[in-house]
Amino acid sequence: MSVLGMTRTTMQNLFSRPSTRRYPTKVKEPHRTPKSRGRIQIDIEACIFCSACAKRCPTDAIIVSKPDKVWEIDRLRCCTCNACVEVCPKKCLDMDVRYTLPTVTKDKDIFKQAPRPPKPAEPASPAKPVNPPA
Amino acid sequence: MGTRTVIPFGPQHPALPEPIHLDLVLEDEKVVEAIPKIGFVHRGFEKLVEKMDFNELVYVADRICGICAFIHSMAYCQAVEAVMNVEVPPRAVFLRTIWSELARLSSHLLWLGFMADVMGFESLFMQSFRLREKIVDMLEEMTGGRIILGVCRVGGVRRDVTNDTLAGIVGRVKDLARDMRRLADVFLQDDSVKHRMVGVGMLTREQVADLGCVGPVMRASGISRDTRTLGYAAYGFVDFSPVVETAGDSYARCAVRIRELFQSVGIVEQAADKIPPGEVSVKVSGYPDGEYHSRCEQPRGEVIHYVKGDGTRYLQRYRVRTPTFANIPALVKMLQGCELADVPVLVLTIDPCISCTER
Repeated sequence: MSVLGMTRTTMQNLFSRPSTRRYPTKVKEPHRTPKSRGRIQIDIEACIFCSACAKRCPTDAIIVSKPDKVWEIDRLRCCTCNACVEVCPKKCLDMDVRYTLPTVTKDKDIFKQAPRPPKPAEPASPAKPVNPPA
Repeated sequence: MGTRTVIPFGPQHPALPEPIHLDLVLEDEKVVEAIPKIGFVHRGFEKLVEKMDFNELVYVADRICGICAFIHSMAYCQAVEAVMNVEVPPRAVFLRTIWSELARLSSHLLWLGFMADVMGFESLFMQSFRLREKIVDMLEEMTGGRIILGVCRVGGVRRDVTNDTLAGIVGRVKDLARDMRRLADVFLQDDSVKHRMVGVGMLTREQVADLGCVGPVMRASGISRDTRTLGYAAYGFVDFSPVVETAGDSYARCAVRIRELFQSVGIVEQAADKIPPGEVSVKVSGYPDGEYHSRCEQPRGEVIHYVKGDGTRYLQRYRVRTPTFANIPALVKMLQGCELADVPVLVLTIDPCISCTER
């Protein structure tokens, strides 16, 4: 006959802190592991717009435009599989441990690289002496 | 004989974690017949082989189910690796075993929670989920994902775990086993739980064999069969034997799952002890040409992934036979002659995963 099997656990829980949080007011801290897959981040200034991430993306969430220097991600499509981060040759993509915030709009996150100042013209090198024809 | 009434049960019902519809033909309070209907969450995953190459399909296999995601991707990868004759590094194989067992722990604790919820035992439900949360945190620490781990790939796994982390995880799983023992005592000894489960939904050994059941439903009726004993992944290197009960009722199925919790803890311990150092992934070149049936033991039973490739990037055919699909005939059999109040318990007792079944 056992009807009080749960009592010990119940009493312990009564005098201990709750294991849940009051969500909207208290958001879970990012987990202590750096491995957590939260959301994709990009260091747009380091990007070379090679489109390797867009090609590897299984959900086609990433669109890269090389002429416009624009990198877009649709966070609602992204399944945070980490494939783009693994394939990036410049390592400018990174996985953040925080999750994407809830949203009510279907916007894309658009990152545009700032136009770079033109490279300073190299000082004219002295003209090489032309070998006289033999 | 009373008049017959048909009561629709589901697809939306407080007792159901996932949508399945049952037409219950009642005579007074007794169920005479149950007619199941599925098809509410069909997503057409198998059709995706035309659009995604065999490497990308791992992400699809991972998302077939939200409870036993890792084992699906592992079964798919095993099938493709067998077709392509890829030798998976031993460390990857052991990591796959550890993650499968943690996924099993998470799934069984989830089931225990739902079962308690269906019986109206709210505090036990919360307690099960509190324990499950710790397992899910461990998985996040090792793989980066909580439910959909996304770490399997053709040729190995995508993330390595240091031996120190593994030792810590084993320690925490052992601590958790103490809490699980107290939870298990409530499930196995409490009168209010026994009252709802003992003698409910009896299936004899012969019925189970005829209906082709798999997993805990089969083992609770005295058939000792477990796909893990085939020795896929690293199960050939760890010592365990299938958990078998003979009563064949809901209580026996609950007991099988509870004993499997502790078995999984043991397997995680052994695998972490024997894990060899080395690489976790090999480079795969070429395309799959051939076919293979891959069989794995999920928390719900045996899953079969069939893969057929024709030497191109895209597979020709991909088919999944999930354990819930094999157990639905048993559910229909159990429902015949039961009381209306027992229907939620009986539906839960096969651990239905309808998303798997319909894909």
